[in-house]
Amino acid sequence: MIKLHNIEKVYRTDTIETLALNGISLDIQKGEFLSVMGPSGCGKSTLLNIMGLLDEPSSGDISIAGEKIDRMSDQQLAHFRNKRLGFIFQSYHLINDLHVLDNVELPLLYRKVSAKERRRLATQALEKVGLSNRLKHFPTQLSGGQKQRVAIARAIVGEPEIILADEPTGNLDSAMGNEIMDILLQLNSRDKTTIVMVTHDEVMAKKTHRLVRLFDGTQVQ
Amino acid sequence: MLKNYFKIAIAILNRRKFFTFVSLFGISFTLATLLVLTAFIEKIVNDDYPDRKRARSLYLTGIEENGPQSMVSSSLSLSYINRYLKTMKTPVDVGYYTARVGTNTYHAGKKIGIAFRYVNGSFWNILDFDFLEGKPFDAQQVSNREKVTVITEDLRRQYFGEDVQAVGQLIEADNQQFRVAGVVKNVPGTTYFFSGDMYIPYTVANESETGQSYHGEYNAILLGASAHDLPAMQTEYNNVVGRLKPSDKSYDKVLSYADYYSDAYLRTGNMSKPLKRWVYSVIGGFVFLLLFLPSVNLVNINLTRIMERSSEIAVRKAFGASSNTLVYQFVVENIILTLLGGVVGCLLAVVMLYIFNQAAILPHVTLHLNPVVLVIGLITCLVFGLVSGVYPAWRMSRLAIVKALKA
Repeated sequence: MIKLHNIEKVYRTDTIETLALNGISLDIQKGEFLSVMGPSGCGKSTLLNIMGLLDEPSSGDISIAGEKIDRMSDQQLAHFRNKRLGFIFQSYHLINDLHVLDNVELPLLYRKVSAKERRRLATQALEKVGLSNRLKHFPTQLSGGQKQRVAIARAIVGEPEIILADEPTGNLDSAMGNEIMDILLQLNSRDKTTIVMVTHDEVMAKKTHRLVRLFDGTQVQ
Repeated sequence: MLKNYFKIAIAILNRRKFFTFVSLFGISFTLATLLVLTAFIEKIVNDDYPDRKRARSLYLTGIEENGPQSMVSSSLSLSYINRYLKTMKTPVDVGYYTARVGTNTYHAGKKIGIAFRYVNGSFWNILDFDFLEGKPFDAQQVSNREKVTVITEDLRRQYFGEDVQAVGQLIEADNQQFRVAGVVKNVPGTTYFFSGDMYIPYTVANESETGQSYHGEYNAILLGASAHDLPAMQTEYNNVVGRLKPSDKSYDKVLSYADYYSDAYLRTGNMSKPLKRWVYSVIGGFVFLLLFLPSVNLVNINLTRIMERSSEIAVRKAFGASSNTLVYQFVVENIILTLLGGVVGCLLAVVMLYIFNQAAILPHVTLHLNPVVLVIGLITCLVFGLVSGVYPAWRMSRLAIVKALKA
């Protein structure tokens, strides 16, 4: 589903060159649930951002669902992300000025979907994460766990084949973290959604199919 | 999609109330000023009372003689009018009148300031004053040097009192008694060619109608049979002036023009340096500054808002918004903001015009906000929205997603 070949990412300033990723090659199968672990600053999030087409590698090849992701225009990349990818962030990144329902509808705004259909799909996604009673709440009125569920609903509303989750349980207590993990596991087993999750939590990582460890930008497991 | 943008725009306006106030104040105050300015210019340009035959008229506001060391500029003499204007072939009538002359009169223990003009009989044929009572004096009365006058309703009220018939009564001005022949509706102060309180036959002034001097006290209007005659009238007058010899050896050039109304309005004082270009430049510069400064302010505010919204921008990009879509969103939001400012600006303009009219800052001038001015206002708002929204939107759309997520 996701093929990375010899990915390198170098951050350059006027004086310093930092190698964030060093020759990473990965082959993630359709329906696989993969977790990425490693100490802070080892390149986990950079790797996830590159897989999510939010950042470009300095060198190396990426293909997702059989499509080579090089030389895509801004418009094509936007379309690809919209159709194929869903994101869950550690700090949720919900739009506080919009209701929960409007937040979840967001990916559908960039597709040709009627307002009525958007509303139906967003409500359905919120039902899946157990938040159908919070449609008209604002994010600031929700707990951390509820916010992350809204973020998951937003990630799955467009039925993407791949979900990329950057420490989705990092800001939550263990009970809330487990609830979120259960939702992700369910998505993976029921809908066969491919999930790549960055985490610091060994317990959570052990629940996934495969674990990749990074150290100083290099894959060590 | 638009509904979503609208929700966001309104939410952002609510979120930062001080920024919103500054933005809206900038837009609305600017727009209100523009609307009042436009209403004022429109009043000057389009208000044609009593000058309703403006399309058929040319205006002569003076004559100038220039030499290497000296120059003289003035209005026209009666002899000049008799020799050179009344003998022209293309005009069907020639009206002439002096500038406003100020005097004080005392009536019933009350001091009344009066601005009067000396005019000829044709003045009343060329200009369409609205008579509230009586009628104008005619050419025969002018020729007979009768001490008759036409006064305005405002002077009637001041001199004779409310709801009093003035025709046939005597009024004193400039130490002379005049019998009132008619009363006309007030002329706005902005129509400064013709405004006044009292109009008197020019023959009463006893100015010589003979002699060789070009210089005197009178302005003139040449009336054509139709608007099509104006170019021919202009050409004929230019030829007349072209043949004039300077009245003194110290001059080598004579300048005088028969102008269309707007040009004549701006040709005051120096004939060789008309105000036209200067006035258009000043108004243009003023309007430019009025539009430019709030636009820069809005651009600045919008750029500041970008950083606040970097997370939202990143999320939208991550979930499929292209840079173009984001530019579109931000411009739409900005247009919503400026249109809101536009509505507030229109209301502010109504209040400003009301205060202006009530305070009677200019005599007999009532300014109105007309539909054309409103449309101009709305178009101005759209231009504001576009100009101040596009650059920040473009900057915003270029934000790298990863950096924006971390900001």
